[in-house]
Amino acid sequence: MFPITGNAALILAVVFGAAFGWLLHRGRVLDYNVIINQFRFRDFTVLKVMFTAIVVGGIGVLALVHLGAAKFHVRDANMLATIIGAAIFGVGMVLYGYCPGTGVAAIATGKLHALVGAVGMIFGAMLYAASFAWVNSHILSVWKLGKVTLAGISGLPHAVLLGLLAAAAIALFVTVERSGVERR
Amino acid sequence: MSPISKQVNWSPYLVGAGIGVLSWVVFVVVANPIGITTAISQVAGGVAGMAVGGEAVTQNPYWAKHPMKLDYGTLFLVGTFIGALLSALASRSFRIETVPSVWQERFGPSVTRRMVVAFIGGALAMYGARMAGGCTSGNGISQGLQLAVVGWTFLVVMFASGLVTAWLLFRPRN
Repeated sequence: MFPITGNAALILAVVFGAAFGWLLHRGRVLDYNVIINQFRFRDFTVLKVMFTAIVVGGIGVLALVHLGAAKFHVRDANMLATIIGAAIFGVGMVLYGYCPGTGVAAIATGKLHALVGAVGMIFGAMLYAASFAWVNSHILSVWKLGKVTLAGISGLPHAVLLGLLAAAAIALFVTVERSGVERR
Repeated sequence: MSPISKQVNWSPYLVGAGIGVLSWVVFVVVANPIGITTAISQVAGGVAGMAVGGEAVTQNPYWAKHPMKLDYGTLFLVGTFIGALLSALASRSFRIETVPSVWQERFGPSVTRRMVVAFIGGALAMYGARMAGGCTSGNGISQGLQLAVVGWTFLVVMFASGLVTAWLLFRPRN
């Protein structure tokens, strides 16, 4: 029965996307101030949302893979490209105040600067396509590890690493909630 | 208490758990993890096609791999927009905003200044996301929850780079 493909999957794409957009808005991460104040350690909403999503999602997906209901979709770790790209991304995200998903969703809530930034994203995508041949041969091809996971390179079981991650996330959440850092 | 459909400030833990459960569903039902930027670059290819002609776009080695079409990814992107719109309308929180308050406190009320920086930031975020193979959604959450090395490398470097940038932009000045 699963995975569903064809036209039914296209309808589901809109439904799942809408659930994602709805959650982003209700989680207040379509607010420039909330995202920027995460990077200033004055508001931890972004880390709370992301870490909870990763831990809850990670435990469920691991279980579903073990049950044979899902497959992992691990992508190649092209390390040089990932490091340079993520460094550029961090600068861009703080200048924009949004990541690509929250930026597009924020337009729908009336944020005109998110719309202008989205036009910038279209421009950035064109620059990437224009430079792709060079990037592909000089950056994407350097330090390629393949479809590796932290479990694979550490030798620790996947479930143990997820448990450690969950413990780290809970420790962070408790520290943040007790510190009162967000109420200053 | 107003009904939950009208409240905008849901607990971030509830929202995070919701995105986690949504990940379970998409892994099983469509075998297509949450992601955003591949679709944005497909749209960019469509826009470029209008400007310079479809042939130039199909000959580009990147867009040849990711052609503009209404596929799962681009429709997920459309859905994300629709979901945020529905949420904003249902909670009556749709507001036109040109200069957010944290920006204004530091950089003043100039709309032009905010828009120029948003444009540059969007361009950099997209360029970086494509080089890294995904953004906060596709790389950070979808690869991160699988404990993929690419996802965690992205998360750590992105966050460190963002912290430095935010400090440079917002550090106290005399």
